[in-house]
Amino acid sequence: MSKSHTFIIVGASQAGGWVAKTLRKEGFDGKILLIGEEPYLPYERPPLSKDALLGKTDLESTFFWQPESYKDDDIDVLLNTRVIEIKRDTQSIICANGDVLNYDKLALTTGARVRCISIPGADLLGVHYLRNMDDTLAIRKSAEKKDTAIIIGGGWIGLECAATLDLLGCKPIVVEASQRLCGRAVTPNISNWMLSFHLNKGVDVRLNMGVERLEGDKFLQKAVLSDGTEISCSIAVVGIGVTPNVELAADSGLEVDNGIVVDDLSRTSDPNIFAAGDVANHPNQTLGRRIRLESWENAMNQGINAGKAMLDKGEAYNEIPWFWSDQFDANIQMIGLPTEWDETVIRGNKSENEFVEFYLKNKLIVGAISINSTRDLRFGKRLMQAEKKVQATQLANTDIKMQSLLKV
Amino acid sequence: MNEIEFHAVGKVADLEEEEVMEIKAGGEEICIYNVEGEFFATHAICTHEDIGLADGFVEGDLIECPLHAACFEIKTGKAVNPPAETDLKTYPVKVDGDSIYVGVKK
Repeated sequence: MSKSHTFIIVGASQAGGWVAKTLRKEGFDGKILLIGEEPYLPYERPPLSKDALLGKTDLESTFFWQPESYKDDDIDVLLNTRVIEIKRDTQSIICANGDVLNYDKLALTTGARVRCISIPGADLLGVHYLRNMDDTLAIRKSAEKKDTAIIIGGGWIGLECAATLDLLGCKPIVVEASQRLCGRAVTPNISNWMLSFHLNKGVDVRLNMGVERLEGDKFLQKAVLSDGTEISCSIAVVGIGVTPNVELAADSGLEVDNGIVVDDLSRTSDPNIFAAGDVANHPNQTLGRRIRLESWENAMNQGINAGKAMLDKGEAYNEIPWFWSDQFDANIQMIGLPTEWDETVIRGNKSENEFVEFYLKNKLIVGAISINSTRDLRFGKRLMQAEKKVQATQLANTDIKMQSLLKV
Repeated sequence: MNEIEFHAVGKVADLEEEEVMEIKAGGEEICIYNVEGEFFATHAICTHEDIGLADGFVEGDLIECPLHAACFEIKTGKAVNPPAETDLKTYPVKVDGDSIYVGVKK
């Protein structure tokens, strides 16, 4: 790659930042341009529903890299800039302000946006979503009232928000349409644990329940649930999932199917265009299927994968998915995304909120969820990577160190 | 000023193989490790974020941060994988009898 080459990254996100950093680290000496719509440098999203919402961390400390780090690496960052079109025939992109920029290679790390709810009153002041730093700041402002907060959706974001709003002195009521919490992500056992955990913390949880409408005069004042219950409230947070930002890719004719379709080198259907992070639908060999992951680890590792692949140094991407969530004093972590298993093993003490639930198929770990037991989970991931067969009785026996199972 | 002073930080029997323990010596927060019967010491805080590595886990000669899974070589402090980009500081370790000593610059 010569100095005259220009690589552009659309999406100043975690994945986008890692693409840029990786290009430099791997020796690319051309021009790197990182473009983002938001006014901020790439920042960590996990704190948005936790420490940033609590006010325990400031904006700068959520940045992956400080401004001087981009200068040191000669990465040009263009913020507050929306890209509206990719012209693949001329290898250029068009920005909303009319600027046309040429690329030799392009990475799309456009992420995802929140799915919006379409009920009456959804546009009242006090009704929030949580995806960006500005969302967090707005919720934090609303939370100053320490009022009842309706949380629409009992998934990760909803539950994390409920916990944090409770800590901020609000009274959260989680309203979930399905019969269990985090139903798309965890097993029924863990959903049940989550429910009792939150109930014990004093969070009001309503399952099998919808929100019919929100009412108020400019400001939110009341939520009406699907069973007719009326709840006086001034805060609502909607967490009903996200939609990948595929429009740029789709409009330019790239293959799109629940995300931008890429191979295990993060390549889209155009050899000069790559995609990574929440927006990329990629193959996962371990899971034996295509997936699109909305996770911290994937945003980093796939960004790195794309950066290397843009320099023809790619290595097949095959990570065991890993997620975490913090809710009150519970650190919840997951590995794998098992669809079927024949044994469930609990290691640790469920009643003390310190355990791992392992899912085995033919004696192989295919996934696990831990509550306040990170170490055991991480060793479980090693066992999974190594495809080591394990006996359920050994896994359940806390007198046997997880390390020792790796050595058998 | 750059003289190294050794501090007794624990007993050999207190640190099993593939275990990590946080101690304080010479005003610094330090993790000590047992790798196959040999003892090593690094700075106690992950170079990526302000998290204690003592809550992480040791596998072979690597310590993995419990928060974001950054790994470091225990013997050299080298950052092995992202998100860590900076190496960990290491300290000399001596074992005398059943005691472990860590050396910190005065």
